[in-house]
Amino acid sequence: MDTTVKTINVEDLRLLYGTREVIHGISFDIYKNEIFGIIGPAQSGKSSLLKCLNRTIDFIPISKVSGTIKVDNENIAKTRDIYSLRRKIGMVAPLPVGLPISIYENVAFAPKCSGITNKGDLDGLVEKCLRQAALWDEVKDRLNNLGTALSGGQQQRLTIARALSHQPEILCLDEFSIAIDPVTTMRIEDVLKELSSEMTIILVTNLIYQAKRLTNRTMFMLNGDIVQIDDSEKIFSDDPGNQKTLEYVNGTFG
Amino acid sequence: MSEQVLTQTPVDKLRFTKTPMTIRNERAQSVAKWAFCGMSLAMIVPLFLIITYLVYHAAPSLNWEFLTTLPKNGMRDGGIWPAFLGTIYLVVISLAIAAPIGVLAAIYLNEYAKDNWFNRVINLAVINLAGVPSIVHALFGLGAFVYAANFGYSILSASMTLSIMTLPVIIASTREALMSVPMSFREACWNTGATRWQTIQAVVLPNSISGILTGVILQVSRAAGETAPIMFTGAVFYKVIKGGDLFAYQLNEQCMALSMHLYTVTTQVPNVKESIPYATAVILLGSVLIVNATAIALRSWLRNRKKW
Amino acid sequence: MHNQTVMNNETVKAGLKRTRAKRSLLSVSLEKLLELIIRLSGISAILFVLAIFFFVFREAIPITFSEHFSIKEFLTSTAWYPTSAVNVRYGTFALTVGSLSITFLSVVIALPFGIGAAIYISEFCGAKLKESLKIIIELLAAIPSVVWGFIGLTVMSKVIVAVTGAPLGVNLLNGSIILALMSVPIIVSIGEDALKAVPDSYREAALAQGATKWQIVFRVLLPAAKNGLLAAVLLGVGRAVGETMAVLMATGHAVAIPTSLVDPIRTLTANIAAELGEAPAKSDHYRVLFLTGILLFIITFAINLIADFVIRGVKGKK
Repeated sequence: MDTTVKTINVEDLRLLYGTREVIHGISFDIYKNEIFGIIGPAQSGKSSLLKCLNRTIDFIPISKVSGTIKVDNENIAKTRDIYSLRRKIGMVAPLPVGLPISIYENVAFAPKCSGITNKGDLDGLVEKCLRQAALWDEVKDRLNNLGTALSGGQQQRLTIARALSHQPEILCLDEFSIAIDPVTTMRIEDVLKELSSEMTIILVTNLIYQAKRLTNRTMFMLNGDIVQIDDSEKIFSDDPGNQKTLEYVNGTFG
Repeated sequence: MSEQVLTQTPVDKLRFTKTPMTIRNERAQSVAKWAFCGMSLAMIVPLFLIITYLVYHAAPSLNWEFLTTLPKNGMRDGGIWPAFLGTIYLVVISLAIAAPIGVLAAIYLNEYAKDNWFNRVINLAVINLAGVPSIVHALFGLGAFVYAANFGYSILSASMTLSIMTLPVIIASTREALMSVPMSFREACWNTGATRWQTIQAVVLPNSISGILTGVILQVSRAAGETAPIMFTGAVFYKVIKGGDLFAYQLNEQCMALSMHLYTVTTQVPNVKESIPYATAVILLGSVLIVNATAIALRSWLRNRKKW
Repeated sequence: MHNQTVMNNETVKAGLKRTRAKRSLLSVSLEKLLELIIRLSGISAILFVLAIFFFVFREAIPITFSEHFSIKEFLTSTAWYPTSAVNVRYGTFALTVGSLSITFLSVVIALPFGIGAAIYISEFCGAKLKESLKIIIELLAAIPSVVWGFIGLTVMSKVIVAVTGAPLGVNLLNGSIILALMSVPIIVSIGEDALKAVPDSYREAALAQGATKWQIVFRVLLPAAKNGLLAAVLLGVGRAVGETMAVLMATGHAVAIPTSLVDPIRTLTANIAAELGEAPAKSDHYRVLFLTGILLFIITFAINLIADFVIRGVKGKK
């Protein structure tokens, strides 16, 4: 991780759904190539925060965003090519989504949309992403099968492959392990550790031990506010410096 | 006494004997069930009887010759080929206009439109367009296409009038097909930086095309069966065309049509051979039912092949 | 390789060897063009409704400026003599009564059968039978109105003459029965949707209290679904008021207020269809027929608006 480069800079971000304020003016930075964890109980605004980052919050009509988010020093509210912003950020949703097209097409979809048409390039990209998502061995003989015909765990890895297919610089994972078994989860965690040398990873998770294992720094969000941001070692230690953090990490609430 | 009961009565009856109230309720329930069933049959059975009556009276004229030859003797005899061909022209042209506009409009409403007042007005307009009586469509076609646009009485005017009539239903059925594709698929595509159209092209359309097609096919029967909108815009009772030629009509000419033919031959022409009106009705009804039944079967088959 | 303090995207990307292809200008422009066409198609619905109103209005309006035409007479008089040589009168009241009476009677006939069938399909019959019945109802709905008119003229009139001894088989009763048969599919399918929309929890709660199926239907389901059922009826009414060919062929030719069920009548719709062919273009008679069309448009518009509010009421509560 490189603490001299801020990949993401958030200033006073406020999010409302209609009249209900969900994120109350938070500010934080994320550095290049770190694995940044976001922990907190449900309804804290963690998923909504991710949606603000790649501006898919725009698809929710009642949402209102204020404040500034800068990705690589560019204010994303003013960005002209919003599609390239979304390609820069890879997003893995909690529930696995295999698109009802072939497995190959699932992974080739994003590159094709961004203009890559050469079959050789696409083949190579599809194989690389499926390998990185720890799915290649299981599907390499049936790339033409439907993405929806895979099991839940396989579909989640397919979603990860899809997120990697547009070569993001920032990879966001929103509770990716909810629908998959522990063994597959471990495999993906190993992949994430490798990927962090190439990209910044934001990991939203409810699993304390997962955050402990993977992250460099962690942010604890509670009801739309930041309680604490620190090195993960400190947050998950016996004395994080904040009573609420200690209680949450030890399972007293949440 | 109890021994007799134990050996003679099966265990179930021992445990659940029916009280008089239960018996009464069950009987009431049976009565209700058969009453409602009777109501359903009361619509269907008479219809089957009517259709049988029609076919019986149409029988002498129900043959291939009737369908493919020209009428004779001022419509009192002969076949209905020009009317059949005319109906095909009208159906094909009107759907060729209405289907693209309707599908694209539905794509706009379901995939692009935000929930603001303007789009609510569009929705209201579609609903009202669907409720316009067919004779008002005829008046519109007369005023707009025949006179204002100067197309005159022609296949073109009649087809355009028909297409505006079928448009709202195509929009509604296409929207239903589009809505059946879950939102999660679209969100997954948007997350990778795809544009709305790229998402529609890759995921939404291929998975709703079957529903869209069935919706359009179901409108064939509507376009074929309507009389009023074509009666005053381009359909005519008597027109001489070359027999056996599939392209016998020109777009700027008038044409005969099955629905119009049925109306006129039943009400305006005396001394028609008795089986001709019946046969015309049976052919029109039969064509409509066959097309619709095919569309319904197609829809069922495609539903079973769903990919998620 | 990672110790860069440069904030520039390009060099960062170059250093990490990412390939960023660009979409060709052609494909971006084509997509923008397609999206424009899609938006225009969406607006077209509004344009067509306005166009219908405009062109019908255009042909009708001149008559309202004529001195020997009075809107009051048009709406309230029963004297309809458009082709009289000496005393031309345009009174549509008898036609309006004709339309309303046939609509009312057909709904009264169709309602119990339609709702009864909807209840049967939704609550009582098994899955296979349900599928078949729904298909039959759907096919019933596809029967063209001119075929229904033909049935009224040929089959139904003979039945009515035989049963009631009336002199003429084409009359109010004939038209109402035919219209009822035509409206039933709409009532059944929307009614069935309305019943399906009532949550199963209602049914389960009533069953748990020992109610029989038919008690559930009458005491729980019908009240719960009443908005949807009302909408079904209203849409059936809308269809009946606007129906042209079937009533033209099945109701006879008398422009007069009916005094008995077997009197022949004429509706607003049938009247336009019957006389438009003969009225010379742009003549007074022609314009009055268009004005009748506007009257019809307003009536059906109002009915559909009410039905839409009622349906929205159903969805709003969910």
